[in-house]
Amino acid sequence: MRRTARGIAVLASATLALSVAACGGEEKAAEGQPAVDPASLTAELTWWDTSDPKNEGPAFQELIAKFNQTYPNVKINYQSVPFGEAQNKFKTAAQAKTGAPDILRAEVAWVPEFASLGHLYALDGSELLADESDFLETPLASNKFDGKTYGVPQVTDSLALMYNKELLNRAGISEPPKTWAELKTAAKTIKDKTDAEGLYLNPAGYFLLPFMYGEGGDLVDAANKKIIINSEQNAAGLAIAKDLIDSGAAAKPSANDAYGTMMTLFKEKKVAMIINGPWEVNNVQQAPDFGGLENLGIAPVPGGSTRAGGPVGGHNYVIWSGMPQEKVDAAVAFVKFMSSAESQAFLSEKLGLLPTRSSAYDLDAVKNNPTVAAFQPVVEAGVGRPWIPEAGQFFGPLDQMATEVLIQNKDPKAALDTVAKKYKAEVVPSYEN
Amino acid sequence: MTTVTAEPAPPSPPPGRSARPSRLRRSWEQHWYAWAMVLPVVIVLAVLIFYPLVRGIWISLTNLTEANQAAEICTRSITGGEVCAENPNRWEFVGLDNYINVLSGNVGDFWQWTGITLIWTLGCVVFHYGLGLGLAVMLNRPMRGRGLYRVLLVLPWAVPAFVSAFAWKFIFNERFGLANSLLTSLGIDSVDWFANQWTSLLTAIITNIWLGVPFMMVALLGGMQTIPGELYEAAEIDGASAWQRFRNITLPGLRPVSMTVILLGTIWTFNMFPIIFLVTEGQPAGETEILVTGAFRAAFEGIRNYSLASTYGVLILSILLVFSLFYRRALRKQGEVW
Repeated sequence: MRRTARGIAVLASATLALSVAACGGEEKAAEGQPAVDPASLTAELTWWDTSDPKNEGPAFQELIAKFNQTYPNVKINYQSVPFGEAQNKFKTAAQAKTGAPDILRAEVAWVPEFASLGHLYALDGSELLADESDFLETPLASNKFDGKTYGVPQVTDSLALMYNKELLNRAGISEPPKTWAELKTAAKTIKDKTDAEGLYLNPAGYFLLPFMYGEGGDLVDAANKKIIINSEQNAAGLAIAKDLIDSGAAAKPSANDAYGTMMTLFKEKKVAMIINGPWEVNNVQQAPDFGGLENLGIAPVPGGSTRAGGPVGGHNYVIWSGMPQEKVDAAVAFVKFMSSAESQAFLSEKLGLLPTRSSAYDLDAVKNNPTVAAFQPVVEAGVGRPWIPEAGQFFGPLDQMATEVLIQNKDPKAALDTVAKKYKAEVVPSYEN
Repeated sequence: MTTVTAEPAPPSPPPGRSARPSRLRRSWEQHWYAWAMVLPVVIVLAVLIFYPLVRGIWISLTNLTEANQAAEICTRSITGGEVCAENPNRWEFVGLDNYINVLSGNVGDFWQWTGITLIWTLGCVVFHYGLGLGLAVMLNRPMRGRGLYRVLLVLPWAVPAFVSAFAWKFIFNERFGLANSLLTSLGIDSVDWFANQWTSLLTAIITNIWLGVPFMMVALLGGMQTIPGELYEAAEIDGASAWQRFRNITLPGLRPVSMTVILLGTIWTFNMFPIIFLVTEGQPAGETEILVTGAFRAAFEGIRNYSLASTYGVLILSILLVFSLFYRRALRKQGEVW
């Protein structure tokens, strides 16, 4: 408790009016005997789901109902926690050693961070990793920290080029662009021939990664502990993005709430192409005017001079280390069920989410799903991010850089140099510049 | 100072006469009840203010973060068992490093944030006070529906700040907002509000003016009602114009109230977190960040940096302390009692 007291003291003295949500959760440990009969497994587990409560939440709740058909005595307290809050909320609760959920849906970049703080159970040697090789390599890699595995991949994703088929047809474009240069021409054609705009770029760090990857760049070289964000490749990639906007091919993005603007414009058919991930498929599909999935085209992100690829994202199931040992069997059974190939196929069918097991891709529900089929090459081209505890902090400076370059017209190289300086000073001081 | 603990003394002289007790002891004997009375307050202040303050200052001299606070990091295995390893980068005392890093601009943009904070505070308080005074003067005379006006004007105050912040943010939305559609309907080009540092700051200031005027208005209205009506009558008989009455009766009569609300308003605005955080989000590229929001982002994004947060806290507190010292001195010069 001393650590919490320290944290609170800091907050109070910092005169920052922040309230740390100290969430009270009840923990009723029930005995779960290691047993073969699923019905004899009795426990109450809390699960924090960070998926969109309106679009995605109901499908997860259906899965829980299915789980309870086999395990009637394992009660799952489903709690929907907003994605933006979950990371800090979990850390606060885990540090206070009270109120954290037994199971959390953690974003890929959170897992190394939580693991480095000792908040997670290492899953090595459990049933969960028995068929480890079935998981896709890149999503699984995000769960590894210091030689141990701390989570099981739930869903994977990457950025793709999402387009409005009708608008592209009307502009006479038969195939989605494959390179940035083709993208520029296509966007201009759409702008000339239809009443919509061609392209909207979200001026945020994550969404610019395909441009940097395209030229062969990356953020840091974790193996050699080097900051390589201000490389010539990255500057060249940013110059391409900047040119898309300066030349008028892409709409001028707004500095504030650009993501929301991008999605609204796309759903209202006012912009033909965006770069975004599978998590928005359901949202677009349900938009009243868009025309459903038939009108939604999905293609890998256009390539640069070296390669084509987006950053690998997704979510993992992790188990809080503060959960009493008695509940382990129930927690393992739950996570195992949720990450099974059948459950993943169910989620693919319902939500268009991408499975993380190669065996799931062989199931009919996945094979025949057009969204998943469209995203499969996208995920295969995905570029793994540096899975280090500090990875979550890379994006603050990167977002600032994105605004500077795309909206305020700063020189890409100079803006990247500032980012490199910030990484060195604030994020990874032990890395070489 | 003699110790108070009694020695099993030889024939004790009558207390307080021949042996001169210390001043402390005399004070204690005479006023012990007073000390007993203030004790609860002292304890509450010590627990709620002094301890956190001292602790905060201490932490600002260390490199404590979320990651290095634990002496050892334990990893529990799902198969049972726990491995604990000593934390290799345990936190330690680093002296003034944090202050040097912050003030030299090595970490964060302290000076830029301070500049923006000053502009933001000055802009907001001037308009709060000016508009509040104007509205108070208008409402301080008999008219029909005065009660209704007062209620309507207090309304912004009653709306939760985050609700108004989101409402104003949407008004200034560059594509779908009311502000730009008004401008276009007037034949003026729409403005990319958040793409420029100053227009972006302007949106936040407008939001905060809307939020803060009611408080000023209510406080000043209260102050005006304490000014005796005879003064105005006498002035009218002497033939003073409305402006002269305002200038020579209302303003001086309001001074005690004004000084207090301006001080309060300044401190509140200086530390006004939600408006900047929600309306501009620091855009473009962190250029409209004020001290408190900048410090929050620097210290609480990703792995939380407690020592950096304390450093910013101490710096912000110092700025406000210096400000209130000067302010009080200025007040005392004018003979105010506050």
